[in-house]
Amino acid sequence: MELLSGAEMVVRFLRDEGVKYIYGYPGGALLHIYDALFKEKEVTHILVRHEQAATHMADGYARATGKAGVVLVTSGPGATNAITGIATAYMDSIPMVVISGQVPSNMVGSDAFQETDMIGVSRPIVKHSFIVKHPSEIPEVLKKAFYIAESGRPGPVVVDIPKDMGDPSQKYEYVYPKKVKLRSYSPAQRGHSGQIRKAVEMLLAAKRPVLYSGGGVIMGRAAAQLTELAQMLNLPVTNTLMGLGGYPGNDRQFLGMLGMHGSYTANLAMHHSDVILAIGARFDDRVVNGPAKFCPNAKIIHVDIDPASISKTIKADVPIVGPVDSVLAEMISIVKEIGAMPQKEVVASWWKQIEEWRGTRGLFPYDKGDGSIIKPQTVIETLYEVTKGDAYVASDVGQHQMFAAQYYRYAKPNRWINSGGLGTMGFGFPAAMGVKLNFPEADVACITGEGSIQMNIQEMSTCMQYDLPVKIVNLNNGALGMVRQWQDMQYSSRYSHSYMESLPDFVKLAEAYGHVGMRITELKDLKPKLEEAFALKDRLVFLDIAVDTSEHVYPMQIRDGAMRDMWLSKTERT
Amino acid sequence: MRHIISLLLENEPGALSRVVGLFSQRNYNIETLTVAPTEDPTLSRLTLTTIGQDEVIEQITKNLNKLIEVVKLVDLSESAHIERELLLVKVKATGAQRAEIKRTTDIFRGQIVDVTSSVYTIQLTGTSDKLDSFLHAIGTSSILETVRSGVTGIARGDKVLTI
Repeated sequence: MELLSGAEMVVRFLRDEGVKYIYGYPGGALLHIYDALFKEKEVTHILVRHEQAATHMADGYARATGKAGVVLVTSGPGATNAITGIATAYMDSIPMVVISGQVPSNMVGSDAFQETDMIGVSRPIVKHSFIVKHPSEIPEVLKKAFYIAESGRPGPVVVDIPKDMGDPSQKYEYVYPKKVKLRSYSPAQRGHSGQIRKAVEMLLAAKRPVLYSGGGVIMGRAAAQLTELAQMLNLPVTNTLMGLGGYPGNDRQFLGMLGMHGSYTANLAMHHSDVILAIGARFDDRVVNGPAKFCPNAKIIHVDIDPASISKTIKADVPIVGPVDSVLAEMISIVKEIGAMPQKEVVASWWKQIEEWRGTRGLFPYDKGDGSIIKPQTVIETLYEVTKGDAYVASDVGQHQMFAAQYYRYAKPNRWINSGGLGTMGFGFPAAMGVKLNFPEADVACITGEGSIQMNIQEMSTCMQYDLPVKIVNLNNGALGMVRQWQDMQYSSRYSHSYMESLPDFVKLAEAYGHVGMRITELKDLKPKLEEAFALKDRLVFLDIAVDTSEHVYPMQIRDGAMRDMWLSKTERT
Repeated sequence: MRHIISLLLENEPGALSRVVGLFSQRNYNIETLTVAPTEDPTLSRLTLTTIGQDEVIEQITKNLNKLIEVVKLVDLSESAHIERELLLVKVKATGAQRAEIKRTTDIFRGQIVDVTSSVYTIQLTGTSDKLDSFLHAIGTSSILETVRSGVTGIARGDKVLTI
């Protein structure tokens, strides 16, 4: 039996749980825990420059590995600075454990220095939260937090620890809890067999089926099963923004992303389908466009671990609640057992139609211009070539994010890291850092814009301290591109506050932090400079690339329309 | 349609705020709410009434079930059930009114539980509709103060909500 203080228990538990890195920032309420960390050898703490970045680093790690990222923030402003990152993880169902310091328990509620009701503030954006009432509870509470964060539909869990819970003079027995039981929490272990069989029969009989998969396939580790089923039945596949990499992006059966900025082919295939197999996707408003006009002839099979996602916006004809990997595996074995395949001629005529939509110009055709100005799309295509399609790509939010989703063809799951649900500018860079820290050998790119990068640019300092040589690909168009695009399309080009005036010299800024900066203004320099940057394995390189300000992201669905209603360029629409 | 949703909740601090928070967060409507510990002190029984289309009610029950502290849930209005609410009302009672109020109270099987020279305090239990009818019969002009417990209920027959 071992006697530890509450603070020591926190650190010791993290070690026993197998946590390698935690991301945080110290403060008064956490000093006992930081003192315990000082002696710890196996758990490494990464000191960020702003707590929001700590949450995004943990989040990037979680998206790349499927395991909970761990954040340590102090009470009051430390906790509130973490809120945006917690909300980001919540919207995208990312496992995360946030340990927040709290004022001593006898001062809670007294408006003490650096006191915030963290449980109250975070309540709508967490999967669950705990406040520690006695130091001896710490191991079990933390185990529950990890279990809840990582199981079922994953999400962030907050553990609020008042300072006195870590008192070094009070020692209690410590045992690592291998398992916890929660009588009120039991995520589905498998889907309903009868429903799964019905779904397979519908797919086999379908004339125009589409497989539409989302982030649930990535976090549910079901990409292999999804690919097997799709290839077995020769199904056209489209992924949501969160689901990219769930099916190989360079495969013939892949139609590209769907939705607001989805491909013409994917959106048309969805609209004309008769059976939609939705897996680990939630019919988000950025996917379905006008719900009343959504896919008028389609029967919908919806597989999700979260019953509340089913029939929320679009009614499912065959709802299946269960883990996507096991449901897909069961579907595969039922297909094998039935031994039938979809009728060849029917499949062929559906594919013929899809190929007509796809045409010869690729899924996302764009005007490459005369080469006098760099197109943002070209940057992503070049990045794809230079990194051989094998980089981890973390993105910020805006036009560059959509270009990164459209033109980088993700062959594997967990490689595309972006804030889909909340759309958090400032997410990309720290998320890339979290990935690089845990995959030091891999190429990690942060695709960003001059707006987003400035929301967490201070983390260049953290990168210097911990040697995190990510490559920042800044699509600098001198404007808040997506805002500007909407202002072009809906507000007669009145650019209200969408300029970025007084931009810093990013090259000098990167150099000031001790990194390498490169400015690219000519198309001919694009590829060589990108190659040079990625060849500098042990240096952070900030690539500031001047791109066409007037470029828009297309296709763009027309609001409240059907899936097929899209602008295809500034002048053409469907 | 009006639904009576009853749930077993971990009797822990903060559990109630998650239930209430869910309703405001997702723009659901909550008509009445009542909560108290059960014979098992680790559990509270919470009953709420809400009004909404079937799809909304489905989302409400699904989202309530997702709360970690919700152990079990039943929509009582989906099958035969008993529904009760407690009303305490203070009314002006002087002169001829005193006999009239007493008669009305008897008709509704209420009790006068406190008396002064000018005021009766009446206790009445029943469905919300019955309490509404009683208040209507008494008339708003003589009502000084009302307090209602909110709806609570239980399924008829052998069905029980237990862990």
